[in-house]
Amino acid sequence: MLKNLASHFFSDDLPRSKWLSLLLFAVLLYVVTAPFVFSGARSLNVAVTICVFLVLVGSFDLLLGYSGMVSFAHAMFYGIGAYGVAIALHLMGPGWGAILVGVAAAAATSALLSILMALVSLRVKAIFYTMTTLAVASAFGALVLRLNELTGGDDGRSFKVPEVLTPGFRPFEEPFWGLTFTGKTLTYYLILVLALALFFLMLRIVNSRFGRVLEALRENEFRAEALGYRTLAYRMAINTIAALIATAAGVLMSLWLRYVGPQTTVGFNVMLNILLMSVIGGLGTVYGAILGVVLFVVAENYLQLLLLKVSAAASGFPVISHLLEPDRWLLWFGLLFVLVVYFFPTGLVGRLREIATNGKISSPS
Amino acid sequence: MITSTSVAQEAPQSKVSTAEGAATAPLAALHAPRGNWWPPFLVATLAIFALPLVGAFPTWVTLTLAGLAMGMMLFIMASGLSLVFGLMDVMNLGHAAFVAVGAYVASSVAGALGGLLYSGTSSGALLGMVIVAIAAMLSTAVLGLVFERLFIRPVYGDHLKQILITIGAMIIVEQLVLSFWGTQQMTLVLPEVVRGTFTLGDIAVERFRVVAVVLGLVLYLGLLLLFGRTRIGLLIRAGVENREMVQALGYRIQRVFVGVFVAGAALAGLGGAMWGFYREQFTAAVGADLLVQMLIIVVIGGLGSVRGCFVGALLLALVQTYVNYLLPDLALVSNVAVMVAVLLWRPRGLYAAGT
Repeated sequence: MLKNLASHFFSDDLPRSKWLSLLLFAVLLYVVTAPFVFSGARSLNVAVTICVFLVLVGSFDLLLGYSGMVSFAHAMFYGIGAYGVAIALHLMGPGWGAILVGVAAAAATSALLSILMALVSLRVKAIFYTMTTLAVASAFGALVLRLNELTGGDDGRSFKVPEVLTPGFRPFEEPFWGLTFTGKTLTYYLILVLALALFFLMLRIVNSRFGRVLEALRENEFRAEALGYRTLAYRMAINTIAALIATAAGVLMSLWLRYVGPQTTVGFNVMLNILLMSVIGGLGTVYGAILGVVLFVVAENYLQLLLLKVSAAASGFPVISHLLEPDRWLLWFGLLFVLVVYFFPTGLVGRLREIATNGKISSPS
Repeated sequence: MITSTSVAQEAPQSKVSTAEGAATAPLAALHAPRGNWWPPFLVATLAIFALPLVGAFPTWVTLTLAGLAMGMMLFIMASGLSLVFGLMDVMNLGHAAFVAVGAYVASSVAGALGGLLYSGTSSGALLGMVIVAIAAMLSTAVLGLVFERLFIRPVYGDHLKQILITIGAMIIVEQLVLSFWGTQQMTLVLPEVVRGTFTLGDIAVERFRVVAVVLGLVLYLGLLLLFGRTRIGLLIRAGVENREMVQALGYRIQRVFVGVFVAGAALAGLGGAMWGFYREQFTAAVGADLLVQMLIIVVIGGLGSVRGCFVGALLLALVQTYVNYLLPDLALVSNVAVMVAVLLWRPRGLYAAGT
């Protein structure tokens, strides 16, 4: 009974690996208890990053993993969401109406842009889509820098959120279980709930009939077309859906940080990070997004510490010590990325599931 | 046409040829240079129409020259990318890494040759620049050889993996560049002999731009001769048209491909060195910044076409230069606008593959 209910909730797409379930449970436990266990702002930021990026990377997986389309505009849609809310709150002052207007404007912009890009490029060749997204995203990044009055240019834009979401808001006098419940805590749980809801929505999408058609398109477009599916319509639909979910992720991040800047939203490095996370986590699984994001966040924070120690030990060797500098952690992560694409094309999740199935086959039962 | 004596021999042949002709007619129509004078005409028209908009003639000449110089440099960088795509259907997003490495090596070599470049005679300075260019090309050629073996060969025939791997490779090379040269801004100062401007009447002409245009034209003509007049060029064009057929005829297309890849990498390195001299200051992001423009050029030119790459590069650079002068606010979107316009006009690019 319980299993049926869970299965329904996960759209009949359970993790299918003991280790994967365990890891996912650990991540869930971490993000749910983070405000209670950790007091520092930094560790809460890490938890929010995981929540928001699992939505962002998951929506990228809808494109890359399920539909086989490489988009370089995903960070742009994320940025549209973040800037949409930021600009609306900046112009209209803190209020729920402003947030609503910002979200609506951002969603409309994202939908329009994604449909236009798809119309121009998807008719021709898959590779043209990649290049169009890259070109549009780079132009958008430059545009954000140029529209100084609205976006704050290179410095970004700080803004105020409604009072309920600020650290100054204290609904309860007494702290419970060592936690002083503030507006920031409320924001955190709001983001967590919305991120989980979007995650289950994505699972629902990929396991629907629509998702199956997308996978068919990815595997053999010609055949899918011959069976009567309108490939362009399906591709455009998933393109817009992924863009809208990325926009939602941008909105969440913007509300948490109460700041939006070009480097952390529309920059090319953000796009690269999304790509790295989704591939290392495992394409075409949605769950891969969670593992990819966690691994990336851990690497970002701890690989640098590790490299610091190793490079101190290797300081005698001139070239090697340069390669091991903490600032060069992306080098090693890039190397990991290439190795994953070569040897584990299905990523961490795919590998874990393989282990699970192999175990079942070899066991005598 | 057919004489009575040779009817017996000719008739079957002519029959075959007409049958073949009927079969290949649509194909030939597709590949025929129908309207192929349009793209260069478009570029020229663009330049002429810009004249009344710009107003002053000397300004127009300066702008046009700047656009041409930029276009030539972009052509040098992007030609290898276009050929690699056309020949082996490999999308190398890491091509930008060669540009960055070329610029960095040029900067280091120029630093080592400081005496020759900056305090010697003008002929010595020119010799120094040639050495710098050759060093940049050699280093990127070697890098290209390694790159092809490590990142391109294992993922033939899989576009998705190619895009992922080459992006990863670009990150790795960029990080390696940063760890060898450091994160500070690099400088590459032009020697006195090609620095500054000279005046023709009331037109100020920047010397290095003339050098860039001449070098770009020479390279373009050289490539056209290579593809149009030599056996290896024929082989490459045949490979772009139909790789399996060339292979079936007993040619090792793989080797041709490695050669093209390495040559393309060397050209990108040369372009990077020129770009470094042009800008005089750059960071490790120089390649990634140019990547988008290179990709747009390859797409609008037609994948695998040298002519298309040339015309596309000039078109993009000229539009960018004029728009930047006339409507600076729109300069950012001019690249995308050019790409969208060309793709709506000719969805497969200006030129067919292999021309």
